[in-house]
Amino acid sequence: MIPELGTFATILALCLSLILSVVPMIGAYTGNKLWVDYARPLAKGVFFFLSLAMLFLAYSFQTDDFSVVYVAQSSNFNLPWYFKISAIWGGHEGSLLLWVWIQAFWTLAVAVKSKNLPIDIVGRVLAVMGMITAAFLLFILFTSSPFERFLPNAPAQGADLNPLLQDFGLIVHPPALYMGYVGLSVAFSFAIAALLSGRLDAAWARWSRPWTNVAWAFLTLGIALGSWWAYYELGWGGWWFWDPVENASLMPWLVATALIHSLAVTEKRGVFKSWTVLLAISAFCLSLLGTFLVRSGVLTSVHAFATDPERGVFILGMLIFVIGGSLLLYAIRAGSVKSESTFALSSRESMLLVNNIIFTVACAMVLIGTLYPLVMDALDLGKISVGPPYFNALFVPMMSLMVIFLGIAAFSRWKETPTELYVSKLWLPAVLAVVAAVVTHWIYSQSIEPWVLLALVLSYWIVFTWGREFVSRLRNRDSLVTGLTRQTRSYYGMLLAHLGVAVMIVGIAMVTVFVEHRDARMSPGDQIEFRGYTFIFDGAREVQGPNYTSDMARVRVLRDGVPYREMFPEKRMYTARGMVMTQVALDPGFTRDLYIAMGEELENGAWAMRLQFKPFVRWIWLGALFMTAGALLAASDPRYRKQAKRDAAQRQLVTE
Amino acid sequence: MRSITLLPILLLLLSFAVQASFETYEFSTTHNEMRYFKLSKELRCPTCQNQNISDSDAPLAADLRRELHRMIEEGYQDDAILDFMVSRFGDFVHYKPRIAPETYLLWYGPFALLFGGFIVVFFVARNRRLRARASTDQPQVVMESVEETNVTSALTAEERERLDRLLQQDKNL
Repeated sequence: MIPELGTFATILALCLSLILSVVPMIGAYTGNKLWVDYARPLAKGVFFFLSLAMLFLAYSFQTDDFSVVYVAQSSNFNLPWYFKISAIWGGHEGSLLLWVWIQAFWTLAVAVKSKNLPIDIVGRVLAVMGMITAAFLLFILFTSSPFERFLPNAPAQGADLNPLLQDFGLIVHPPALYMGYVGLSVAFSFAIAALLSGRLDAAWARWSRPWTNVAWAFLTLGIALGSWWAYYELGWGGWWFWDPVENASLMPWLVATALIHSLAVTEKRGVFKSWTVLLAISAFCLSLLGTFLVRSGVLTSVHAFATDPERGVFILGMLIFVIGGSLLLYAIRAGSVKSESTFALSSRESMLLVNNIIFTVACAMVLIGTLYPLVMDALDLGKISVGPPYFNALFVPMMSLMVIFLGIAAFSRWKETPTELYVSKLWLPAVLAVVAAVVTHWIYSQSIEPWVLLALVLSYWIVFTWGREFVSRLRNRDSLVTGLTRQTRSYYGMLLAHLGVAVMIVGIAMVTVFVEHRDARMSPGDQIEFRGYTFIFDGAREVQGPNYTSDMARVRVLRDGVPYREMFPEKRMYTARGMVMTQVALDPGFTRDLYIAMGEELENGAWAMRLQFKPFVRWIWLGALFMTAGALLAASDPRYRKQAKRDAAQRQLVTE
Repeated sequence: MRSITLLPILLLLLSFAVQASFETYEFSTTHNEMRYFKLSKELRCPTCQNQNISDSDAPLAADLRRELHRMIEEGYQDDAILDFMVSRFGDFVHYKPRIAPETYLLWYGPFALLFGGFIVVFFVARNRRLRARASTDQPQVVMESVEETNVTSALTAEERERLDRLLQQDKNL
């Protein structure tokens, strides 16, 4: 009964979202305010019914209703209750429902938070979001309903959630990532609404900016959580694999990064408007493309997923419709857009354009690398593999170039920047960055590794250039306090996010170059010493978990000969699926992680063990957290709300 | 009925249906050990979905690791080892595609794009400049940078008046 109610709620949400995609749009065109006013209640209605659907699915999981196919596939009596919640998005059908629920949430957020916007814009934006929701709901109802039943023969026990997914990381990673992906649909909808209304102005960019920042923050957080989860869950200690599925999430991130910078220029200077719109469209289309690549099974990936051609065709159709439709609209409307100001080659506008070029080319590179094997295969040119060596060889120089410009941009001014200004402001940070990098590097390792040196120079470059710019801003004020308080939240947000880049670069370079590991056969009592730590293996014993049995080893760790802590890596056997999983033992630290994974059991109680020393690995995710926090801080700037009110008032005057 | 063994995993989620798997090989030098780890990450397990032989626990990957260890210890150079692997399993086995006419686009395409992008930036900025010069007799609606965070572009006369008033207020405070 409950699952049927779930289907029913989904159908109702579909009906409402269909109305949402049509009625306010017609109202906006015909100037019928009553019709436009339907947008907000309809958005609330869609969210309400999808929330009901989510609750019904959650109920089916909590009550172990294995007559529901989806529950039987990804749950089990013995699964702890919190994993029964995350199991909702543990498979294809449920993750789509989560996706569309988040889509409805964003729609609701726009409906509630847009009090200051002109009603016709709100109507158009919500209508476009309604169309996206409707398309996904059709997809769910026709090809992937999570409420489908096994009748009349329901299994007595479920197949259990994939053990890899029975983890805290899985509870938080997908919702965060989806908040990012789907959040990009807000920027997309604003862009489409602006194109439809023919009013592509600075106000449009200002309305989109906070939404785009928030979506970008979640996307950053989601990718970082995924990376962190892969690091501790998979047992190899890698944090990025250049896997097609990771690439699918990186591509929208790269374009969205270009977008948030381009929006800044469009808002402040009224230039690059059509380019910004194109980026907003591309960012969301890349989210959809990622979905298609992953869901259709076109790409082989270690990520196991159901390859279902029917679903692939549906997503492909949707993709063609969205990309084709929005690009067509763009082609018709973007030509008439006029720039509102000019700028010189040496200006902040050009700097941000360079940022855009580098990020979009990096995205194109990832796309080429991901699709090249497919194209080669399709053209019968042979089977090749494009993997980490390729991506690293191209991505690292591009991002290094990006960081060089990031530093220069600190002193760029709108419209025109005298070249002498750059020289006079930049030579000192440049010299300091090199000196500081050499010194810190030498202190850390008493050697010089070129890649680490490059990374440190780049990080210090960011810190010193933006630091100097920050200080010069404060000097222009009467006192330090007024200087600090006069800076806007978006300015602090930007500083924080750029600092995050510096932090992340250090983490990536240090852990890549200075990682050290030992694969060893250890019998009870054996010990291994490296990097100042002694690892003593005390043997393994069997431990019973709620839905698994485990061999748990005890490893005593000494630091410089002094007892430091005990670590307990495990090798778990999940009973329902018969899957063996490595449970890593971690000792996280600010400057290094100790990482122990168990391999095979050997004779006489000996085990193959992999011990790793991972310097500064946390800095990678710390940097991502800085970026996330920076973007959220910038989005919270009260300036957007005040300005939105003024813009709306201005428009009111114009239309009356 | 769909098979229960289908294992649909999260949309766009990182998940690898494997466990860490490794042998405890002995190496004559640490240099050899480094080479082993580097190469085992560059070689793709031919029977797996998308994994290098270092991370895969497939039997074939274990065979390749043993082979790799043997060749390194017998003194083969990296290139010789990679050539051997490619001759046995095809280009597919190497994660770093070789540079050949059919991969020029892959290796040089992005740099060509980057170069093209910079040229576009140059011309866009120059054209704007030229157009601006051509229309200097017309009133420009750009302002000099007052304070970056407050600058709005393209103000109407009315807006500019208001801005002037606001700035005046600011000074009077």
